[in-house]
Parts: sequence; C-alpha cells; structure tokens
Amino acid sequence: MGILPIDTDILIIGGGAAGCFAAVEIYKKSPGCRVVVMEKAHIERSGCLAMGLNAINAYLHAGETPESYVAYVERQFEGIIRKDLVSSIVQGLNDAVKDVEKMGLPIEKNEDGTYKMRGKRSIRIFGERLKPILAEAVQKTPARVLNRVVATNFIYDGTRVGGAFGFGIRDGSFYVIRAKAVIVATGGASGIYKPHNTGEARHLLWYCPWNAGTGYAMGIRTGAEMTSFENRFIALRVKDVNAPTGTIAVGARSKQINARGEDYLECYYKHWGGNRCLTHHRLLATVEEKKIGRGPCYLDTTTLNETEERRLKEDFLNMNPQIILLWATKEMNPRKKPVEICGTEPFLVGGHCQAGYWVDKDRRTTIPGLYAAGEVAGGAPKKYVSGSWVEARIAATTALEDIKGMSLINTGEDTIQREKTRVLHPFTRKAGISPSEARERLQKIMDEYAGGISMNYALHEERLLEARRLLKSLKDRMKDLVAVNNYSLVEALECIDRIDVARVLVEHLIYRKETRWACYQTRLDYPEKDNRRWLVFVNSVYHPKTDEILMVERPLCS
Amino acid sequence: MSISIDETICNGCKGLPEARCERICPGDLCYRKENTKAAIRDQSACWTCACCVKECPVQAIELRLPFQICSNGSSLKARLKPDKTIWTVWDAEGHQEEFIIQAKWLKGD
Repeated sequence: MGILPIDTDILIIGGGAAGCFAAVEIYKKSPGCRVVVMEKAHIERSGCLAMGLNAINAYLHAGETPESYVAYVERQFEGIIRKDLVSSIVQGLNDAVKDVEKMGLPIEKNEDGTYKMRGKRSIRIFGERLKPILAEAVQKTPARVLNRVVATNFIYDGTRVGGAFGFGIRDGSFYVIRAKAVIVATGGASGIYKPHNTGEARHLLWYCPWNAGTGYAMGIRTGAEMTSFENRFIALRVKDVNAPTGTIAVGARSKQINARGEDYLECYYKHWGGNRCLTHHRLLATVEEKKIGRGPCYLDTTTLNETEERRLKEDFLNMNPQIILLWATKEMNPRKKPVEICGTEPFLVGGHCQAGYWVDKDRRTTIPGLYAAGEVAGGAPKKYVSGSWVEARIAATTALEDIKGMSLINTGEDTIQREKTRVLHPFTRKAGISPSEARERLQKIMDEYAGGISMNYALHEERLLEARRLLKSLKDRMKDLVAVNNYSLVEALECIDRIDVARVLVEHLIYRKETRWACYQTRLDYPEKDNRRWLVFVNSVYHPKTDEILMVERPLCS
Repeated sequence: MSISIDETICNGCKGLPEARCERICPGDLCYRKENTKAAIRDQSACWTCACCVKECPVQAIELRLPFQICSNGSSLKARLKPDKTIWTVWDAEGHQEEFIIQAKWLKGD
C-alpha cells in the first residue's frame, strides 16, 4: 500500500452538515486558503443527512429572544448546558438558515416571505436534497474533497494536532495529510448498543449506521478532553422504521395515546407537565406505560383528514421514506390505525444531547490545532443541523485566525509507519475475530451492562463495573481482528473506534452518581437528581501510555 | 430485503468508473459485479436511506423493507428532476400512488 502525502492549510474531517458548511465559510472569508475535506462516504449523500430532512428544529422566530432560547435549552437539560456555547449558536441560527436557503433549500413560507412557524423553534423544509445542495456549494469552492477516505488518527507531535492519517477505501492508499489546523466534524456514534432491530433489519437505525464515533475516538486517543458522554440520547420514534415522531406530533399535532386510547401524558404524568413535559420525560412516560402494561403507545393519527395525510407522507418522503412502505396497505393507513412509537437504543450525539469534545467558545478543543463543530462538539445540546452550521462558521473563523504565521509540523517517518501498521493489522491475520463478531460482542455488553433497551435504559454500579471489565478484555482481543477486503477493514477500524468510545462512556456513567436525565442517564442506585453535588460537567481525558481514563469535573459557567 | 435491483433494467452505468449507486451509497454497500450489473454486498447492512434508489437514472432499484418489519410487499421508487423528486409507491394490492415534491430552488426561481 502506497503512502499518499498531502499538505494543506485547513483539513476538515467529515463532509456532513458541519464539514460542508465550514468549507464554504473558509472560502468566503479567505478564498486563497487551501482546504481539504476528508469524507468516508461521498459528500453528496453522507452522514445523518443522507436520507434528507423535513424540518429545521433550531430557529429563532419573532417573539423568541436568544435569552429565552438558551433558558429553554437549559430547562430541557436539567440545568446542565454550556450557556456560552448555546448562546453563540442561537445568535447565528437565522443567518445560517438563510445561507442554506440561498444555496437552494426550499423552506415553507408565509405570504409576507417570513418562514412559516412549524413549532415554537422549528420551520418546515423540503430537504430531500439538503445534502446534495450543501455538497454543490462545496464543489463550487476550490476545496479538495477526498471522498471514500476514512480518517484513522490525528497527526500529533505531543503539543499540537497537525493533520490526520486516512485510509483510501477505493485506492487502498495510506493518506498522510498535514494541515495547520484540523476541524473535526465527523458526527456522533451509533452502533455502540444493541439495536432495537436485529438480523436483516439491524441497520434500520435512528442515526446513520456509519457514524461510528471515529471523531470521538481519535480525540480520545490523542488525549483531548471530552464532556458529558453520560448524557446519552435515546430517540422516541415510530417503532421499527425510526421515522421522527416530531413530524406527526409537531407537524400534524397528533396526541400521544396508550393502548387504552388515553392521553397518557395528561392522565398519568401531570407531575412532569403532561403534554408540555421535557423531551426525556416524554420518553420515560412511554417506557413506563410499557412496563405497567398499558402499552403499546401511539401517536393518534386517526383524526387526520386526507389532505393532512398526504402532507404527512410528503414530509416523511423528505426524511424517512421507509414509513411510506409500512403504510402502503389498507389496514396500516395512518388515518385508520394510530402510529406505534417506542424508544430507540442509546446513541452518543452532541446535536440532540451534549456528548463531545470540550471546547472553548471559539470551538478550540483542548488540543492546540484541533477544532470541533457539529455533533462531535459537546456542551451545546439541541443545536441540530442549523446549530451545526453555526458551529462550523465559528470553528472556521477561529481556525483561519489561528493559522496566521503558522507552519506545518514535521511528521516523523516512525509515526507514519506505526499508524500504517496499526491500520493494516487486520489484513495481516489469516484467522481471528471478524468485525461482525466484535460488533455483536460490544453491543451485547453495552445492552446488558450499560443500560440498553433490554434494561429499560437503567444503570447501576455493579453492572457498570462489569461493563468496564468486559470492555477492557474486548479491547485486548482487537489485535485478533481480521479483514478480508477494504470494506471489512473499515468495519474493523470502526469496531476499534466504537470500543474506545464505549469505554469512555462507561466511565462517565459510573462517575455521575445521581439521576440527571431520565432514561438518557437513570441510576437505579442513585435515583434522585442531586443539585447540591452534581450541577457540574463530568469530563474525561484518556492517557494512552497507561490506558487510563482520568475523570475531571468542570463547573457550570454563565 | 432492503433494496432490490432489477438486473433486466440495470445497465451498470456502463462507461462510468463506478456505478452511480456504488458511488453514492453512504455505507459503501453497492458494487458492480463481473456481469456489469450493480449489486448490494450485504442486505443486513442497508440503512434503507434510498440514496441509491434516487440516484439510479433508469429506476432499476426499488426500496423495500426487511420482511421482519413489513410483510406487505410494498415498494418505492424515485425519479429526480432538477428541482423536484417524483416518488412512486406500490402498495400491497398493487395500486400505485405518486408524489411530486419540490426538492431544490433553481437559480431564477
């Protein structure tokens, strides 16, 4: 396998929502700046936006202020958010949306030209082609896009990040990309827990199955400080096909009912606020109904008329076309049968929840030369796609400022060889563990010992300690991974990344000894929220030399 | 089954370095077989995102759901126009329904 060296000014890892927006932003601000975008798939249809999107859920409508918006996010996350980060996002939301509209995204409007309010902080879009639209904007810049190249580790000289290594899935080359600054925008992590569908349907996930947490894992292995991994995300979705419930609940104003037809949030969960409860209580109530025996739960679509049904189908075609197949039979028509909902397995994401890199307000990570934007950046939940664009803009601006007068770092030949050997190791073995065996083992451990679906998401110390032990021994076995072609090599590398992420996740889950966010983080042994002790961020730093994960607490800041 | 490729329609995107579905699949699951027809390497790894369905210019690929989730035999195809996406869904009884949805504002709209 040949080594392919590339030198550039700014390297963007991940050509998703944040990565594409960052590339465009750098070109606008500094047309002469050399940019490389490294993308595991193809930027026209990669990452969590590959299917499309039917709403932008972070938008500042008239009547809402940045302060009221930040207060809303703070309330939703039980008092723990980085207000400085959320505030910086809120201020840029509407400009970012306008920019993407100019690229070609259709958005539903009022007669006066303002965007029509879909929900309090949401607008309706026709985003089936959102990703190709963003990619087209990148392709109009001189940025060099490397499709089908997967990042494996940062180039790090002990003081700063100066690029990244990558494996070329098509050409089989080993990429050594040096850059003055690196923006990591790889998205969050799916596939850590046993999925709610198995067998032929094992990849019918809420989140993109190929968002393997590689950006987190590379940061962890480099010693970057990570925050709030214990703030997992579990989506309340249409059962089996994972279509978003918001499209029905917000878009079509349907109520949540249990098997008896009761509006269960109002009937039984008034103490959490009934229909106005927090997002995680909505999920918890649904889990409780199942445990008590009043499930399955549904969204009541039987009140829709024909026009509303058609509109709902159009919205889903723009985002989750699978549900249209589920409905394509008389008895499953949503006007005849309410739509069943349930919780997914847990994911790690910085866009809905706040697992990710610990960053300063300018999106510098704790490692010089490395910046983070989008799902991979922590501390700013509910940023969604529009907030990811804002973060990309901030990270790009900071990186451009910081690289002035900076030179490329020297990459030692031994460093290159060491990483190349690590990446290609699964090719050298004739027999051993297949990537699917490793994946299933990881998902089983996490499901059973770290609060997966089979445990109704609940956690406690003894099980978590067992998870810690089992993950350590699984990691030690990864030297026996076998890959037979480039595709399975990528699968093998994803297993290694997911295990590194899962180990950090488990340490975070062990450390927070209270219940802060029901379902996302429910401790059976510490069932109460404890504001006197735990109104803090739980952060971690991995030490590669000793293989230890050191926990750190950070105070809330204003 | 998640996608189904009709080999009587697929022309393997002859002349292109990669088949279009192969180029676009976010999971790198599509490839061109020796007989030049496109194929999926692992149905169980499919996200059912329909990217390949949209990308295929001759509508050789249809979206289906794994049998464990949906046993009604329905299927879905798409055609892309510069500014619109046209979807056709076939239901269990063979009836078809079409949706024409704005997907992009072209310059000058």
